[in-house]
Amino acid sequence: MIRKEQMSIVAHERIANNIYRIVLTGGLVSEMNTPGQFVHIKIEAQAEPLLRRPISICEINQERKQFTMIYRKEGIGTSILAEKMPGEMLDILGPLGNGFPLEAVEKGQTALLVGGGIGVPPLYELSKQLVKKGVYVVHVLGFQHKDVVFLENEFAKLGETYVATVDGSYGIKGFVTDVIAAHSLSFDVLYSCGPKPMLRALEQVFPNKNVYLSLEERMGCGIGACFACVCRVPNSDTAYRKVCSDGPVFKAGEVIL
Amino acid sequence: MNRLAVELPGLSLKNPIMPASGCFGFGREYARLYDLSQLGAIMIKATTLEPRFGNLTPRVAETPSGMLNAIGLQNPGVEKVLSEELPWLEQFDVPIIANVAGTTMEDYVQVAKEISKAPNVHALELNISCPNVKKGGIAFGTIPEVAAELTKLVKEVSEVPVYVKLSPNITNIVEMAKAIEEAGADGLTMINTLIGMRIDIKNAAPILANRTGGLSGPAIKPIAIRMIYEVSQAVSIPIIGMGGIQSAEDVIEFFYAGASAVAVGTANFVDPFVCPNIIEELPTLLDKLGVNHISECTGRSWRKGEPSVYCGA
Repeated sequence: MIRKEQMSIVAHERIANNIYRIVLTGGLVSEMNTPGQFVHIKIEAQAEPLLRRPISICEINQERKQFTMIYRKEGIGTSILAEKMPGEMLDILGPLGNGFPLEAVEKGQTALLVGGGIGVPPLYELSKQLVKKGVYVVHVLGFQHKDVVFLENEFAKLGETYVATVDGSYGIKGFVTDVIAAHSLSFDVLYSCGPKPMLRALEQVFPNKNVYLSLEERMGCGIGACFACVCRVPNSDTAYRKVCSDGPVFKAGEVIL
Repeated sequence: MNRLAVELPGLSLKNPIMPASGCFGFGREYARLYDLSQLGAIMIKATTLEPRFGNLTPRVAETPSGMLNAIGLQNPGVEKVLSEELPWLEQFDVPIIANVAGTTMEDYVQVAKEISKAPNVHALELNISCPNVKKGGIAFGTIPEVAAELTKLVKEVSEVPVYVKLSPNITNIVEMAKAIEEAGADGLTMINTLIGMRIDIKNAAPILANRTGGLSGPAIKPIAIRMIYEVSQAVSIPIIGMGGIQSAEDVIEFFYAGASAVAVGTANFVDPFVCPNIIEELPTLLDKLGVNHISECTGRSWRKGEPSVYCGA
């Protein structure tokens, strides 16, 4: 169920250039179980900045009633967020959206998890839950530059992990699709989150595979009411899906990227 | 006595708080969060004759204490609204105000005629002020003669009272309000959004795919207050006020300016529980202000011979 709650910051640290990890605690965590969902954060109580900020859930810890987010400091909202200290409260609405379907892959099968940039974090909880289920996981993580690489060690503990940077400053030079091709990575199901060009490339490379893509879009309400984050559906002029409430995860081909 | 109950043409409201059109869809998303029967009314998303996909994305951009939107009247069309959305809303004890939009006068008339027959539609809100569609919409809202003619045509076919939504993108809003009153409107709703724009400094391109959008949120509240203050003194039909309302205090300010009820728009995106929260807070605020019934507040800022407001705080 979607709830709004004041949650307390437990930890907050910079983990790469402009990349921050924040851990929050509160009863709302009990509502979180599907990897790939997100929360909508009101960063300041006042009208400025006005709108909430959607940020994906990176890790859920039910025992400690904690969850983790990893975000990139980019605009006004995330710059203010980056200054928040442990002990301070944040207004959280969530969990929102539909996450990655775990049932798409069975025990003993292989899942390929492909993340690009700030799309990498939600794959972490996904990977943990897949491993728990007995699924063999392979990770391909793409970043712009070595300064913004994160979570590599955490993913490596869960399964085979490849890192690529666009400029070749770390790991393999190139895009995630180059890595998949170079290592002839095979899989039963592919889960991905990242920039649209990357998702589009994956959709094109694997037209007949079981592929799930998590989209990012500018949002208003985050609950499906404002129609800000719609995307088109193939072969229709009026059909649509809302990224926030029908997604953010879609089966490849369900929406036009 | 219900201190919040308000009677308006076609509308017996248990309280004067309603979500504004375009900020609440057809209620389905918010119904998962609270009981919609708590609301005074619901202004449903603008409905056109045919289904509309709307504009390309990005459709929203944040601004200082506000936001720009250019959704482009996305809706499933009047047929689907009548067969699916309105029947679904019947489970709630709440009157519906149907927002009617179109690109030609004939569109408006046909949608008004059909949608006003729905049992839970108690009033129409004529959307002559949407800034985000290429044809119609705002054109109907900027020329008083055109707005008056459209009002007359819709009044002739509507089974329920007709409120006309005024655009602030106009030089003389009083003249427009008077023309619409004279044409037979039962009430006014105001204000719609102000046309604005944002440009991305990284690539010098407009942020919104539609280039321009409608500005809403707390940033436009003083404009709404000023316009309601002016219009409410010039017409005798009631005004449902809107434009940046976020709190019970804002509601009272709109009443003092001249509103008889209010709609909450953008704030629903910031806090989906804002409407029930305001409804809950209003009685305490009325106590603090020494006000017995909320309707006593309407037009208090300009009514002569009224005792000045006692503030118990």
